[in-house]
Formats: sequence, structure tokens, C-alpha cells
Amino acid sequence: MIDYEFLRVVWWLLLGVLLIAFAIMDGFDLGAVALLPFVGKTDLERRVVINTVGPVWEGNQVWFILGGGAIFAAWPYVYAISFSGFYLAMFLVLVTFIIRPVAFKYRSKLEDSRWRHTWDWIMCIAGITTSILLGVAVGNVLQGVPFHFDSDLRVFYTGSFFGLLNPFALLCGLVSLCMLLMHGGFYLSIKASGQVAERAVKLARFFAWLLIVLFALGGVWVSLGDIGYQMTSVVSMVGPSNPMHKQVIALSGAWLNNYALHPWMRLMPVLGFLGAAAAWFLSKKQAKKTAFISSAISLAGVVGTAGVSMFPFLLPSSSNPSESLTVWDASSSQLTLQIMFICAVIFVPMIVAYTTWVFRVLRGPVTQASIEADSKDMY
Amino acid sequence: MFDSSMINLSRLQFAITAMYHFIFVPLTLGLAMLLGIMETVYVMTGKSIWKDMTKYWGMLFGINFAMGVATGITMEFQFGTNWAYYSQYVGDIFGAPLAIEGMMAFFLEATFVGLFFFGWNKLSKLQHLIVTWLLALGSSLSALWILIANGWMQYPVGSHFNFETMRMEVTNFSAVIFNPVAQAKFVHTISAGYVTGSVFVMAISAYFLLRQRNIAFAKRSMTVAASFGLASALSVVVLGDESGYLATHHQHMKVAAIESMWQTEKAPAAFTLVGLPSNTMHKTEFAIKIPYVLGLITTRSIHDQLPGIIDLVQTAKVQIRSGMQAYGALLALRKNPNDKTAKVILDAHSSDLGYGLLLKRYTDDPTNATLQEIDKAAWDTVPQSVASLFWSFRVMVACGFFLIALFGTAFYLSTKRSFITPWFLKIALFSLPIPWLASEMGWYVAEHGRQPWVIEGVLPTFLGTSSLPVSDLWISVTGFILFYTALAIVEASLMIKYIRLGPDGMVKNKTGAAL
Repeated sequence: MIDYEFLRVVWWLLLGVLLIAFAIMDGFDLGAVALLPFVGKTDLERRVVINTVGPVWEGNQVWFILGGGAIFAAWPYVYAISFSGFYLAMFLVLVTFIIRPVAFKYRSKLEDSRWRHTWDWIMCIAGITTSILLGVAVGNVLQGVPFHFDSDLRVFYTGSFFGLLNPFALLCGLVSLCMLLMHGGFYLSIKASGQVAERAVKLARFFAWLLIVLFALGGVWVSLGDIGYQMTSVVSMVGPSNPMHKQVIALSGAWLNNYALHPWMRLMPVLGFLGAAAAWFLSKKQAKKTAFISSAISLAGVVGTAGVSMFPFLLPSSSNPSESLTVWDASSSQLTLQIMFICAVIFVPMIVAYTTWVFRVLRGPVTQASIEADSKDMY
Repeated sequence: MFDSSMINLSRLQFAITAMYHFIFVPLTLGLAMLLGIMETVYVMTGKSIWKDMTKYWGMLFGINFAMGVATGITMEFQFGTNWAYYSQYVGDIFGAPLAIEGMMAFFLEATFVGLFFFGWNKLSKLQHLIVTWLLALGSSLSALWILIANGWMQYPVGSHFNFETMRMEVTNFSAVIFNPVAQAKFVHTISAGYVTGSVFVMAISAYFLLRQRNIAFAKRSMTVAASFGLASALSVVVLGDESGYLATHHQHMKVAAIESMWQTEKAPAAFTLVGLPSNTMHKTEFAIKIPYVLGLITTRSIHDQLPGIIDLVQTAKVQIRSGMQAYGALLALRKNPNDKTAKVILDAHSSDLGYGLLLKRYTDDPTNATLQEIDKAAWDTVPQSVASLFWSFRVMVACGFFLIALFGTAFYLSTKRSFITPWFLKIALFSLPIPWLASEMGWYVAEHGRQPWVIEGVLPTFLGTSSLPVSDLWISVTGFILFYTALAIVEASLMIKYIRLGPDGMVKNKTGAAL
């Protein structure tokens, strides 16, 4: 059987890969649709926006679902505690994720302009809400959330919904929002056309700068604020997954320790900043595709920064730090991790291959003319 | 200790969202296959009417598919939000098929569905056909993995309890995949989906034929639906019978409850056709029985005895006592993980640990449960409403046989080339809700019949929940009901609009390129 500590690290990496893939793939459609009322003024322009994501959102959304499934299979404690702890926030996220597809599908099925306007705003607000909430969730994970276990390892979460909306978490929410609006804007600059694309790229550049500012602010807050945890006892990297056998303390600034310990991790925040700056610069030079790729790299850097700062923590407990979940004591069994690893090695490249093929088939911008020509079949 | 209103609301919410999700799933499964068949005929013959059929049914498929995807997200996340203890207690096994479903099936289905709609002008005929079949394959594979997960809940094979992590862990993954219960359930469920798609196509085609519209289109659609539907309906019943046979071996209480058989009868047992089962009196009143039939169907022998509910409760008492020992050993191991005697006791009794956990409803310390508490816990192993199981099962079976008759008639008429028989068309149209009724009843029997267990014999349902404030649950349950109702209204009105419009209406209304 493959080494347990190796599998745990691999699944930590794969979790990162899945979350980054989700941010990049579903991020552009969340962002593009969140920009809908601002980049599309006429009905036809809005249909251009919707049809740029129309054929691909279903596949993109599966990254979210697979992310959920992979956390369930590889990190069951994390899945159980974060999803139940953030209960009402998760409920809101679910509602926004359910209503968006329905809006795509149904919006253009009736001619009525009130019907269409309502759906447009629903899509926009759903996109914004989801983007903020996902960032808020990460902000809370970074700060630690209040939970503890009883002797049967039943978890009790003692926080509340409004407790999630604290200043640092809201900052993270805004980082996430800027990131996805930037990404969606650059996507539209390639896939949309005419005025829509022009408006989108301007907004994307604005959000690229805002992202750089807010991301830097987040970094300052993490280094100066009361955030961070550190393990103070030895924990077996191949021990049973039981989060009760270690000592942890809350320690301000501890999230920066990894950067001294593993210098390569500095790459993550650097990519976060550079990607956004490069996207801004390249879009000025009309290099639309490379701008979009840079924006994707920025997303990977920002998401990756949160992940590597916390390693080996996955979900710290603010009320009982020693019961925090880490890579070494919150995973599935060795056999499950191995089976899932083999499946990921087989299927993830296949997914990437056929997704690429689908995007190739659908290449080229969506124009107003193409929608008018095929009005019944388009969203 | 356990807030019963929190548990009941969690169960209610899961039931509502799952049953709602399953309104869309079977139609997706069935229509995807029918689209594949229709498009294959188009590619083979080059006749454009088959392309029109693929596109028209495809559009209705799309309206339904969006809802299936959207409501599926709730299912994937609800284990974590509302069943946190369940998720960590069995996530090691149960999470894997869900994640594999995402990687192997759902990605395939969701990535290609976009091309199905938007790729008509971008792909060659053959490429588009392949896309359609990949879409159908993805949706069927999706059902496979979900039913492997569900099959494990009914018959938890290939796993053991690990006291160090306080959860179930996988020992043999291929046993989980090739779980006979899962395999039988998969084919049963997927055939039911094919039946649903076929009834849908048949009923709407009947509507067109009754109005004398789209005659060539509707006749062809009906021929496809009748033949595919007949094969599927037969498979549903045969595999349903296999499911029942397996349940006889692995889920005695479920079978006894479905049949409302309170006392063990002399083999082969009689089948109760109708009656009024009562959970309080422990008997079925006004029963009309057919001798021998039940024993023959369920055990496939004339000698094997089928245990009745009252005897099974007595067996449960023995298992509860054994489970108490397991729990005691677990407590000892928590104090001292190297306690060898405790480990031996746990190993000997760990398969009954779940029965010990049943006592947690009445006492924090199952090792010292009173006789009365044991008695109560043992009676808890009987599903709360035997009568509802008895009747839902019978409704499901009646629907199944009705549908075989319907498809049989349709198939006969299609060979005679005389679909336009008004009495038949009316029956076909009004049969539209029948497959949904059967599916929902079937799931009710499968899931309520497993109560009080969330994992049969391993984890009681009341222990599986998250520890949430009741107010949060009221918000989410109310929210889901309002939200889902609104969506259902929008969905149904769009469906009806496009069915009324029909392929002829769509051609008339078209503003641009070919449909």
C-alpha cells in the first residue's frame, strides 16, 4: 500500500488543485454573470453574456460538486464540521447555486421583458453572493471556528451565522469577489464581442487593481492581527485519524511561519499579485487570452496562499485549538485515500482532456448576430 | 440528549429534497437514452424527421436536466450540513463512491450536455451522436455510483469499525462496488428511469395524436418509446424481484414490515394482498391472504421460513445485549488503547455495536441500560409506520404491472401500425404520472423500510444528524419548501408551454436558422 503520510500530503495537494480548478472554471462564469447588468445594457447584449457561459456552466459547476465529494471522501471530518458549522451560509450558497442554472435555462424562454429583467438580477445577485460567501468561509477557516468534540467524536459547533460575518472574513469575501469579477471580466473580453467585451475588460482591469490592494491588506492583517495557530506537540504523520491526540495553541502571526520554513511557498502570494498585475498589463496590450491565463494564475496564487499558510492545518478550532483538524489527523483511512488517489490519477486527466476538447469546439466569440440567427436554440 | 424535533426536521428535509430531486432524475436517465436512440436512427437513415425528434425531445430534456443538476447539489452537500456525524462515521466508505461519481460520471454528463445543445452546427453528425451517447452514458454511470453508495447503506459490506478513529473504515473496496444489493438496485432504478422517459415520450406523443398534430413525428416517437419502454418495464419488475430476494437475506425487518408479517409463519408464508397493519396492536386487520405466495417469492423455496416482526424484535434484544458489550469494550479501549481483553471483546461484538448505539436514545451510558430500555430499543427496530410501507410497496408494484400492460398494448398496436386508437391514446396520456408515483413509492419503501437505521445495523438514524439549533432547521426546511415550490411552478409552466407549442409550433415560430 502507498505510504500513509505521502497519501495525506497528496490529498492535501489534490484538495488544493480541485479548489483552484473550481475557482478558475466556475469562477469565470460566476464572475461573468455577476457583471451581467453592468456590461450588458440591451437584451441582446445580455444574451451575449449568458451565452458565453451557456454551454459550459454545467461542466464548470461539477468542479464545485467534485470538490464537495472529494472533501467528503478524503477529509470526512472537514466535510462534516465545515458544512454543518456554516449551516445557514451553506444553505444560502446552495440556493444561489441552484437558482443560477435555472435562470440560465429559463430566462430567454419567454419574451416578456419583466420576466427577463428579474432573472438577470437574480443571476447577478446570486453570483455576487456566492463569490462573497465562499471568501467569507475561507476567512473564517483562517481565523479558526469554534467547535469541539465529545467522547464519541460527535462535533459541536458553537458559532453563529452572524459570527461568520466578522471584519476579517468580510475582507476575504471582498478579495474573493474582486478575484472572480476580474476573472469573469477577462473571460468576457475573449468570449463576448463589441461593447460588451469593451465594458467587461475595463471592469476587469479595475478589479485586478482592487484585488491587489485587498489581497495585500489581507496579508498585513494576517501578519499583524490576532490570527494563526501552531502545533506544540509531536503528532504522528501516519497515526489514526483522530483529532484529539495533539496540542495546539493560538499564536498571532503563525500563518507566516511556513514561508520561512518552506521558501517555495512564497511562490503562492507572489503569483497572486503578479498574475493580477500581468493580466492588467496584457489586456492593455490587447493580449486577451494571455490576460485571461494570467488572471487564472492569480486565482491559483490567492487560493494557494490560504492553503499553504495554514499547512498542516485544515480547519483550526478557535474554542479548543488542540482539537483542530490537520492533514495528519483528519483524513480518511489509508486504503480509501489510495483508492481515491488512483481514481483521481485516471479520471482527472480525462476530464481535463475532454473539457479542453469541448472548449475548442466552442471557440470563438459569441456575437449578437449569432444569437439572432439562432434565437430559439440559444439561452 | 437528542432533540427529537431537530432529528425529525433533518429527516423531513432530506426526504423532501431527495424526493424532489428524484422527480427529475428518472426523466433525465430515460430521455438521455431515447435521445441517443433517436439520433442514431437519424445518423443511420439521414431522415431529418429523426433529427427534429432528437431536438424537440432534447429541448424538453434540457428543461428537466437543469433542475436535476441544480437539486443534485443539495444532495451532495446535505450529508455534511445535516448529517455531520453520519458523514464522519461512514465518510471513509460512503464518500468514495460519491467522489468517483463526480469524476467518472457527472463530469462526463455535465460537460457534454452543453455541446448537445450548442454543438449542432459545430460538430459533424457522427461527432454529435457520440456526444449524445456520452451524455447518456454519463447519466447512467452517475446512477451506478449513487446506488453503490445507497446499496452500502442497506447492506454495509467490505468495512469494519475502527475504535481509534471511532468510525467505519473500508476493508474491501471491491466488495463495496460489487455489493449484490447495490447491483440489483442499480439495474432496478435505472430501468425505472428508462420507463419514465418512455412513458413521458409516449404520453406527449399521444397528446399530439389525439389532437391530430405532428402525426408522423408522434407515431415514430411512440414506436421508439413503446419498444424501449416494454423492455425496461420488464427489467424493472424482474430486478425489483431480485432486490426483494436479496432484502430477504440482508434486511429481514424491511421485508417483514413491507409484508406486515407480525408472526413467523409456517413455510411457505402466505402473501397478504390487502389489509390494515397496525404498529400499536402488532397485527394486520382485515387481511386478505393468498397462501404460499410470499414464501415462494421471497425465499424461492418451500422450506425456508420467513421471520416475522415479533420474532425479529426478540433477535434484536440479543443483538442489543451484544452491542452493549461492544460499547463497554470501546469505553475501556478509550481509557487504555492497549487493553487486550477489551479489544478481544470489541472484535467479537463489533458487528452488533450499532444495536448498542440504539440505546443512546434512552441513556447516555448504554453499558448500564435497564431491561425496559433494552425492550424499547428493540421495538425501535420496527419501522415507525409499517402500514405506509405495506401500502407504498403495493402501489409501486401495481404501477409496475400496469406499465407493462400499457407498453405491451402500445407495442402490439405499433406492430399493427394502428396507434391512432383513441381509447389507447387517452390511457397513454393519463398514465403520465404513473412512473413518478412508482419511483417515489419505491424510494419511500427502500428508505423508510431501513429505519431506524441510517446504515443498516451499524448507525441509528437519530445519531447520524448534525448538532444544529432547531431554529436553523426551521429556516432551511421552510426555505427549501418555498424555494422548491416556486421552482416547480416555473418548471411545470415552461414544460407545459413547450409541450403545447409542439414541434409544429416551434417551426412556425422560428426566427432564424433551422431547428
